Amino acid sequence: MAYVAIADRDEHLHDPDTFITKYIWSQDHKVIAIQYGLTAIFVGLVALVLSGLMRLQLGFPDQFSFIDPGAYYQYITMHGMIMVIYLLTALFLGGFGNYLIPLMLGARDMVFPYMNMLSYWVYLLSVIVLMLSFFAPDGPTGAGWTLYPPQAILPGTPGVDMGIVLMLGSLALFIVAFTMGGLNYITTALQARTRGMTLMRMPLSVWGIVMATVLGLLAFPALLVSAIMMLLDRLLGTSFFMPAVVSLGDQLSYEGGSPILFQHLFWFFGHPEVYIVALPAFGIVSDLLSTHARKNIFGYRMMVWAIIAIGGLSFIVWAHHMYVSGMHPYFGFFFATTTLIIAVPTAIKVYNWVLTLWRGNIRLTTPMLFAIGFVFTFINGGLTGLFLGNVTVDLPLSDTYFVVAHFHMVMGVSPILVVFGAIYHWYPKMTGRMMDETLGKMHFWITFIGTYSIYYPMHYLGFLGVPRRYYAMGNAEFMPESANALNAGISVAALIVGVAQLIFLYNAIVSLRKGKPAGGNPWEATTLEWQTPDTPPIHGNWRDNLPVVHRWAYDYSVPGVDQDYIPQNVPHSETHPAHG
Amino acid sequence: MKFLKQITEKSWLAPEEDVVADLRSGALVMGTPSAKIGLRVFLTVVLVVFSLFCVAYYIRMELDDWRPLPEPDLLWINTVVILLSSVALQYTRYSVQRSRAGAVNAGLLAAGLLTIGFLVGQYMAWEELRSAGYFAATNPANAFFYLLTAVHGLHLIGGLVVWARTTLKVWNGAEPYQIRLSVELCTTYWHFLALVWLAILWILIST
Repeated sequence: MAYVAIADRDEHLHDPDTFITKYIWSQDHKVIAIQYGLTAIFVGLVALVLSGLMRLQLGFPDQFSFIDPGAYYQYITMHGMIMVIYLLTALFLGGFGNYLIPLMLGARDMVFPYMNMLSYWVYLLSVIVLMLSFFAPDGPTGAGWTLYPPQAILPGTPGVDMGIVLMLGSLALFIVAFTMGGLNYITTALQARTRGMTLMRMPLSVWGIVMATVLGLLAFPALLVSAIMMLLDRLLGTSFFMPAVVSLGDQLSYEGGSPILFQHLFWFFGHPEVYIVALPAFGIVSDLLSTHARKNIFGYRMMVWAIIAIGGLSFIVWAHHMYVSGMHPYFGFFFATTTLIIAVPTAIKVYNWVLTLWRGNIRLTTPMLFAIGFVFTFINGGLTGLFLGNVTVDLPLSDTYFVVAHFHMVMGVSPILVVFGAIYHWYPKMTGRMMDETLGKMHFWITFIGTYSIYYPMHYLGFLGVPRRYYAMGNAEFMPESANALNAGISVAALIVGVAQLIFLYNAIVSLRKGKPAGGNPWEATTLEWQTPDTPPIHGNWRDNLPVVHRWAYDYSVPGVDQDYIPQNVPHSETHPAHG
Repeated sequence: MKFLKQITEKSWLAPEEDVVADLRSGALVMGTPSAKIGLRVFLTVVLVVFSLFCVAYYIRMELDDWRPLPEPDLLWINTVVILLSSVALQYTRYSVQRSRAGAVNAGLLAAGLLTIGFLVGQYMAWEELRSAGYFAATNPANAFFYLLTAVHGLHLIGGLVVWARTTLKVWNGAEPYQIRLSVELCTTYWHFLALVWLAILWILIST
């Protein structure tokens, strides 16, 4: 057959020769992935410190004079925005997406390497712009991470002069960066798969990341549109979102705008964003569970279809974030229904993960611990989501700590557990060395138990009616002494978990030099990235020939075969010579 | 549906012969250059951006303070100009596929100049509105007019960057086959933006 894989065509493949083109202005997807990853982890640490500061205030009100209400709102805003967008989205798609897609599909690189490089640098720029707002005269914006108008751009909100402008500008840059990256991920998955790599032989990691990219490309425009329009309201005095407002005694020049319109646009982005973070986690965790349980993933086709179904449904549930904004009852009914329906494909995935573990030959490695921890946490967070999806349950709980606990469990802790699991899992491929297992397990148990001691009690606080977003509860009647004690306890747990992340950083840094040499395939995995001739993979990933794929990604413990895994590039004739 | 067939494959069943791997080609869209797939994906994203602006337009329009503005007649001339630029690129595309270097050169130049003409025309329309007192901040209808035309114009300017690079290649003596892909991509992009402009124009004048 006259078939030439895209990556094997004689088009010139960029050829780095200097230090700068190799590690800085690099077009190699692996270097870009690590750049994305390190930048995302750095801003993530900033956001982690912010959450620690918030917990100090909540647990021990009025003990820390430098945290005033304005500062508290700035912490909330920056913590939320950084964690959701600049950490999780960037790390899963820019980091793992970049690293895994070409390697897992047997390609030499992304199809548009130059644009891929540009994507990282624009992302870095967006991070720098965001960080600059910490140094703006009035600090970063304190509008809350949802940036609802009118208060986001009204005098009195922290950061209304510069902070909000930098935030909106940074978001626009991020979206540009993401779009450049996203075009690459999708086109690479469509065009650059190696011979034999049919869609249904792709590992679920790739399915999750690619579907999340599709969601991102369709959903981020909504954020872009609302950011542009709010920027115009703020800078030019238009009234897209701003109603007539009397602020601090003055009638502002705005009139007639619709804050609800902003909410619709924002959540049309915001809800798919949940799945932009969740789908890569779903995909990656499927591969971790299957590899470390030495079993094929249960119901592979159903897993793929569930990813697609969740992706589609995620666009018609957005208004469940807006029940308290007021809406037509039928409208609420519709969104409550779709919200409950999306639980069906999600539940299918959870059952399949559990069934993959069933009677598996489970190896409790660090990545596996994190993967199993994810399944637990995701079930917990997902079930409270079923409560909150109903209008009547949501209304009283929406502004309480119940919601804080819900979304931190489901889209904070869960994806972060997968991020850690994935780092422990692929670190050997990226660096050629193993991370320390003892430290890894310590890190896991402190993080896992710690996050449960943070977020379980918050559900109870929510039922008590403790409102979220408040800087201090004062002497409110609904706050019994026990609730205050609980808050202090949560803060202690949060600080311990925060500090415990240093174990991970220490492990990651020290293992670079001192880690046990990993070899090419330390976990005995089937997928292509573990079959590269070199570890870490060289520029271009493969030597002279691209691998040819002969089977799906989950041939673990195949009956009648001695070795308990068969890599994807091993032909049928080698494992079953009799039937050749 | 090829896609449906692909995602119903029972991939866990091992193929009986390895030859099968040959037949199951890797790429979904064989023979199509990746850049074309990339452009299609990008145009989808742009389409979503414009659709959302238009949805916002219709929702905002329902509120009390909306006062429609009189669209300058100049817009009609601009419409003719942008359609002509699209036609010029189509002609370039036709010529580049038949390796007619002179026609390619002329077509590219005409397309670029017409596009710049369109942008200048749009700016003049802005000036006309501004001198008549229709400022962005005075009414959401005005604001949307400036916003939609500006976003559309910015996309055209982005296209002009690619157009300029292609034209420079031609001037530096590139053969038609070397710029064929660029011309084809530009043509698709221009047709798309012309259609988007027609949609915007329709929304502006019908409300």
